[in-house]
Amino acid sequence: MIEAKNVSKSFGDNLVLDEVSVKFEPGKCNLIIGQSGSGKTVLMKCLVGLFEIDSGKVLYGDRVFSKMSFDEMKMIRQEIGMLFQGGALFDSMTVEENVMFPLSMFTNQTPAEKLERANFCLSRVRLENANKLFPAEISGGMKKRVAIARAIAMNPKYLFCDEPNSGLDPLTANVIDILISEITREYNITTVVNTHDMNSVIEIGDRISYIHKGKLWWQGNNESILKSDNPELNEFVFATELTRKLK
Amino acid sequence: MVEIDNLGLDSVGIVAFISTFMGAVLCIQMAFNIDTPLVPLYTIGFVTRQSVVLEFSPTIISLILAGKVGSRVASELGTMRVTEQIDAIEIIGINPATYLIFPKVVAAVLINPILILMSMIMAIFGGWLAGVTTGLVASSTYIYGIKAFFESYDIVYAMIKTVVFAFLIVSISGYHGFYTKGGALEVGTSSTKGVVHSSIAIIVFNLILTQLLLS
Repeated sequence: MIEAKNVSKSFGDNLVLDEVSVKFEPGKCNLIIGQSGSGKTVLMKCLVGLFEIDSGKVLYGDRVFSKMSFDEMKMIRQEIGMLFQGGALFDSMTVEENVMFPLSMFTNQTPAEKLERANFCLSRVRLENANKLFPAEISGGMKKRVAIARAIAMNPKYLFCDEPNSGLDPLTANVIDILISEITREYNITTVVNTHDMNSVIEIGDRISYIHKGKLWWQGNNESILKSDNPELNEFVFATELTRKLK
Repeated sequence: MVEIDNLGLDSVGIVAFISTFMGAVLCIQMAFNIDTPLVPLYTIGFVTRQSVVLEFSPTIISLILAGKVGSRVASELGTMRVTEQIDAIEIIGINPATYLIFPKVVAAVLINPILILMSMIMAIFGGWLAGVTTGLVASSTYIYGIKAFFESYDIVYAMIKTVVFAFLIVSISGYHGFYTKGGALEVGTSSTKGVVHSSIAIIVFNLILTQLLLS
């Protein structure tokens, strides 16, 4: 389990996170939702240690991650996989090399073993025959799938996905959602997904945390979110004509 | 090896081209400035060699490399930063500065002295070619001048400067690239800052090192 306890983060005078406390459970897709600029990405970056928090704690199980040095964090980071918004694939490496990169850094596997693992991860995200292509040669959806394959290469305990559907068509976005959900259950991973895509919320939202103005505003799941009487949440969830009609 | 190829071997062509032509110009200018028979003609070769070894190759070529290599390093790292590739490296548990900048520094420190030695040879050759083909100086006289009053310490001095300049170019440009914030515009700004700041550092350290090593 990952837990944020009273986490606050500001940039200059701008308080982005205001004493946010939230738990993320293993084997479930834990969604962080909210409007653009609400603090979702900052919260995620605080959880993985890319931003240093001003106050509060981030715990991985009973380990206080936010108080660790870089070397101590390194151990936990080897248990983390992360899917970045733009994929963040290494331009100079092929698809296969991108997936093998963490294995090359942290395991003593032979090249054949690394290749076998990379092929397994790529087939798991249904991306065969793209091994030798460079990121510039593949589509946005394929990039996301390669990024997922890289993220799961080390058998992570924790998977973070920052807006996995941004820039994708609805069909591809749905494929990515299902993939994340399947991987989460299959390996009992604690998955944290940042999104403002309502399709994802309905599709995979086992546990949903709504962030509004830097505060945790509401928590529930993909069923209770549609029945909530929280006005700010309803404004976000039923922002479009389509969702209003669905309601 | 990849970094040595990217930062050094890719620059061989431009270094050879500029050095040959600058050596030729140095020789011709020197020849035209000797207008008294009291100054022996081998001075052309001697002065060309001294100018090339002491200043032109280590400093001017390093300034050119600051433009070429510095902008490459800063824009490469800047793009990696804005596309979250550096964050991805950090998340995997690797220190991104060590992983990305250190090999570039080592590569530049190893390959730049070789480039500068090549530049010296090409510039002296360019001077010989210009002097002989224009009839300003005989081949044997020029070669005599090249060998005259040779101090091996001059080469040591040039190599020390080269290594320091190589370190400055990559570390300063790397710093600007690594800490880029924003998007494409900021990558350009980082690249410019990397080149300008490393060029300034080269000029300042050139004075400091000359004072320390030659005075």
